[in-house]
Amino acid sequence: MGFASRQALIQAVPAVVAITIVAVVAAVTGPHLAQAYQAVLASCGQGGCGTALESLAGQDNGLRLWLGVLVIVFPALAGMFWGAPLVARELETGTFRLAWTQSVTRTRWLAVKLALMGLASMCCAGAVSFIVTWWAAPLDKAGMDQFASFDERGIVPAGYAVFAFMLGVTAGVLARRVLTAMLATLVVFVAVRVSVRTWVRPHLLRPVTEALALNPSSTGYGSEGFLPFPTTAPALQPAAPDLPNTWITSIGIVSKDGTALTGGELARTCPGLGHGRGPGSGLSHTQAPPSVVNSLHDCVARIGTSFHEVVTYQPASRYWPLQWYELALYVGAALALAGLCLWLVRRVG
Amino acid sequence: MINAIEAQGLGKRYGRRWALSDCSLIIPAGQVVGLVGPNGAGKTTLLHLAVGLTAPTSGTISVLGAPPASGAAHLARVGFVAQDTPVYAGLSVAGHLRMGRALNPGWDDGLAKRRMSQLGLDPRQRAGRLSGGQRAQLALTLAIAKTPDLLVLDEPVASLDPLARREFLEAVAEIATARGITVILSSHLVADLERICGYLIVLTASRVRMAGPVAALLAAHAHRQALDDLVIAAMREAPAEEAR
Repeated sequence: MGFASRQALIQAVPAVVAITIVAVVAAVTGPHLAQAYQAVLASCGQGGCGTALESLAGQDNGLRLWLGVLVIVFPALAGMFWGAPLVARELETGTFRLAWTQSVTRTRWLAVKLALMGLASMCCAGAVSFIVTWWAAPLDKAGMDQFASFDERGIVPAGYAVFAFMLGVTAGVLARRVLTAMLATLVVFVAVRVSVRTWVRPHLLRPVTEALALNPSSTGYGSEGFLPFPTTAPALQPAAPDLPNTWITSIGIVSKDGTALTGGELARTCPGLGHGRGPGSGLSHTQAPPSVVNSLHDCVARIGTSFHEVVTYQPASRYWPLQWYELALYVGAALALAGLCLWLVRRVG
Repeated sequence: MINAIEAQGLGKRYGRRWALSDCSLIIPAGQVVGLVGPNGAGKTTLLHLAVGLTAPTSGTISVLGAPPASGAAHLARVGFVAQDTPVYAGLSVAGHLRMGRALNPGWDDGLAKRRMSQLGLDPRQRAGRLSGGQRAQLALTLAIAKTPDLLVLDEPVASLDPLARREFLEAVAEIATARGITVILSSHLVADLERICGYLIVLTASRVRMAGPVAALLAAHAHRQALDDLVIAAMREAPAEEAR
């Protein structure tokens, strides 16, 4: 259908311009980063690369941040500016009375638009992500924390974009107002992304569990959250083990039979813990007095006789399988929404 | 001969309000039919039901012997110009014709282009910049270039100035004679319709008050001199309790 693809192309112009700008910026600054990475590897040789790579990872922080934000934001824009107005504008301006009385059923009319624009959303978001992933590869390799930028790299942004697009169309059919549909799309899209990231992604593959002895010199005591408003009760906080490029999903302290260390058990083993009013008992950071440090050290050592640290994590090799699973999840949801739109649009009027 | 429209107990409810209720009528094929009635009589709802933009809440309607908008082939047989003649403001006149060509297998491109040049419309002009009369002519061109058997026009001249109104109705009359198709034209003003309609239906609060060939109606009510008076009298006969 020549006309529909021509219209889709016109709508895609701003996105194509944006992609071109990103591509030019990446092409200008990218080779320098790759050379810097090779130079660091060549100069530091075996061992001793840690600090040199760390300082490389800190390079171009501003551009890295903004390109990451662009990849994150792009799908939401596709949902708000391509998806939401697709049907809502027809309903708001009354042109649906023109569009749906041509010699094409409205189901077919919408199906063609969903297919063309859905694919365009995927391709544009995929292109942006591809460029940024290529550009940031030396920094990501140096940073050794690939899961930190999971949402901004690889193939998942294409899935987010097609999902956001279909979400926008659905919101448009339901709200029948462009502005309402755009706002609803943004709110629901952010909610879904955060929920999947927090509650679904860690369980897409069963995490690997590793048991470690408690290390008295790297285990602290305190609450999570910001100081005046802690989100958890105070507890022992073992330091995260050094597992490069993995995604640590939980750190806990359990006994040999697998039961978690309770606050009561901790208080019985270490009476007086937390009463020292040592570090962080105000909004300023102060060095804890040696007595407090020593008593915590002894406490962790005592706990360590019957308890150990358990770390669950996604190994580095799971990065691409998790990318594929998450892409499939979002594409599947997008297809379901497309079906819903086609069903809903027949009931408009 | 198959009637253009047959409705039986037709009703449409939006929320708790019935826009049309228990409407039964027959609109014959092969002539220019005027559908006249006051605002809120259900004319637009009836025409939306006829072109398949809306599904009935109750009753049945058949258009050219089939349910409205039952597939692409049936859609191709019905041309529609909606109230306020919607067009895409950002799309050019030529863009609208491209759309018509892409979406209608029976599209007569020669007819569309001829009409555009007769009207003096610049193909590059954006539809949002057209005057009300030009926009109505563009919408009419889209509806007739798909070469329908039935042309449905919903209050097409309501927002036009007297000259544009005259030109539009003359264009409709010309098409109806040249192509021999059925045209249904709604208006709340009898004056708009009497010039071109051969058949008249008066609709008040979903009820047909009067229907028949204009000549026969005038002959049967010889004491009323003008069609206008006749229609007003028919509307006034509407019993109050049926207005709900």
